[in-house]
Amino acid sequence: MIGDTRIGGAGIRDRADILARLMIMPAIVYIAAMIGFPFVLAILYSLSDATTGDPALHVVGLINFREILADPVFRTSLKNTFVFALVSQSLVIILSRILATALMAEFRGKWIARFLIMLPWTAPISLGTIGWLWMFDSIFSPIDWILRWFGLLGVPGALLGPMQNLYWLGEPLLAMASVVTVHVWRLLPLATVIQLAGLSSIPKDLLEAAEVDGARAWRRTFEITIPLTLPIISIAFLFGLVFTFTDMTVVYVLTRGGPIHMTQVLSTWTFFKGIEGGDLAQGAAISLFMFPVLAGIAALVLRMARRTEVV
Amino acid sequence: MTGTRAFLRKGRLYMILSIFALFSAFPFYWMVIATFKRDHDLFSPTNNPFLFNEPPTLDHLRLLLTETHFLTYLLNTFLVGMAVVAITLAVAVPAAYSLARWARGWGEMFGIGIFLTYLVPPTILFIPLSRFASALGLQESLWSLILIYPTFTIPFCTWLLMGFFKTIPLDIEEQAMIDGLSRLGAMVKVVLPLAISGILTIVVFAFTLSMHEFIYALTFISVSAKKTVSIGVPTELVRGDVFQWGPLMAGALLASIPVAVVYTFFLDRFIAGFTMGAVK
Repeated sequence: MIGDTRIGGAGIRDRADILARLMIMPAIVYIAAMIGFPFVLAILYSLSDATTGDPALHVVGLINFREILADPVFRTSLKNTFVFALVSQSLVIILSRILATALMAEFRGKWIARFLIMLPWTAPISLGTIGWLWMFDSIFSPIDWILRWFGLLGVPGALLGPMQNLYWLGEPLLAMASVVTVHVWRLLPLATVIQLAGLSSIPKDLLEAAEVDGARAWRRTFEITIPLTLPIISIAFLFGLVFTFTDMTVVYVLTRGGPIHMTQVLSTWTFFKGIEGGDLAQGAAISLFMFPVLAGIAALVLRMARRTEVV
Repeated sequence: MTGTRAFLRKGRLYMILSIFALFSAFPFYWMVIATFKRDHDLFSPTNNPFLFNEPPTLDHLRLLLTETHFLTYLLNTFLVGMAVVAITLAVAVPAAYSLARWARGWGEMFGIGIFLTYLVPPTILFIPLSRFASALGLQESLWSLILIYPTFTIPFCTWLLMGFFKTIPLDIEEQAMIDGLSRLGAMVKVVLPLAISGILTIVVFAFTLSMHEFIYALTFISVSAKKTVSIGVPTELVRGDVFQWGPLMAGALLASIPVAVVYTFFLDRFIAGFTMGAVK
């Protein structure tokens, strides 16, 4: 009999309530110990005078925050963190929409196009950025070579000046543009993938019906495709923001925050102060400035996710 | 008339895609060129940087494979990646199943909580975690990475898998239980095999995310022989201010391409998982 075998298998294996708790327990314990506790510790460090030489926690209050806020490098970092994330992700959303639309089409050699386009996301970020390091080299930059070849650089009266090189990573504005470029390059594939998912979720007959009714391509885009995929576009934007806002690798590999801290961001400044400088307390305090923004983004993501679940 | 329009449309499509592909792949194309270019050719500012002006050479590769720790970095990366995959599977699969099937009240709260932890970045956690590592005596040890990398793989993979499990109809399990399997048996024998593509996705994910990781490895490991690829190549192949461009590019290329191929292969599953988990 059915009932008998189940009782024979007995006890805990059939107790859904116990199983549910047991199975989720390892995840909760690990997250509490390795994310929750360190996060609290970061707050405690930010209120202390701990250094790598003397990591004991003596709470000294808000002195660290006062010192940080008075530091011009910190203010540059804070500004850059926002500028890099917002500028790069705005570009990414526009570009990924164009790219995703193109990738919706069926054509020969699609897999190779996809492979190449996804490379910046699929390859390790620190290694991809090394490729860019050479692109922006002060003497051998291939970009400068192309500009020289077109006569835009390196000859008297040239549009970009008579010098042989632009010093991408040496001039503050160019260095900032370089960092933004690499962020765009890196996040474009992810946003494209997410937008592709959004596009392919639009019912085909809806678009066909609109086409039959005589709606032109741009009207179909602006009145059907974009409104319907707006939640997923927002998701792509918010995730991109999180990734660029908290990223340290691009700036670390590309400029180390230079020239003279002009491309420093919160994450790199945390690293240079807290780990290389050994000032755990100030490092922790700097990193915590990322948190309010992340919390805000998290709240937005949740709202978006809820709304789409209802639809 | 329609023929011309279709042709123009196709032409525009290929042009857009070529521009994007060029932008995305250019640094890697550059790595290929620099890997096989002679130093003399590489370091002549007037030489065309996109072509071989002198015959190609294998010197940079030889240097990379014999005189640096590159192969050790690869091995370290692989060991850490496999261990992280194992831990992630052991923790995320049951957690995701539990959340997908019994997520009401406290369950839903935990689900959201786990998702939110994914948004707490390594750049906030690496300072306190560096104290963890030294308190446990794990500095300069791959174990520190194995212990800490699940902080980003578990939340994300749990969230992804939860989406996969939710797409498997409850009826299938109920049928299995009517047929005599226990609650747990139904999960292991019926649901897990159906979720295999989701599980494969998180295997690939946990591995690639570990391989990509930079900050923790940079913070915890400074001994060359213990480094992973993502920090070994950028830190060890740049000696002081002297860039060993040839081996550097060769290292970046060799480590990037295999993982990129695997990742691309799983991209469709990744799309499905990502959007189901995040947007539904």
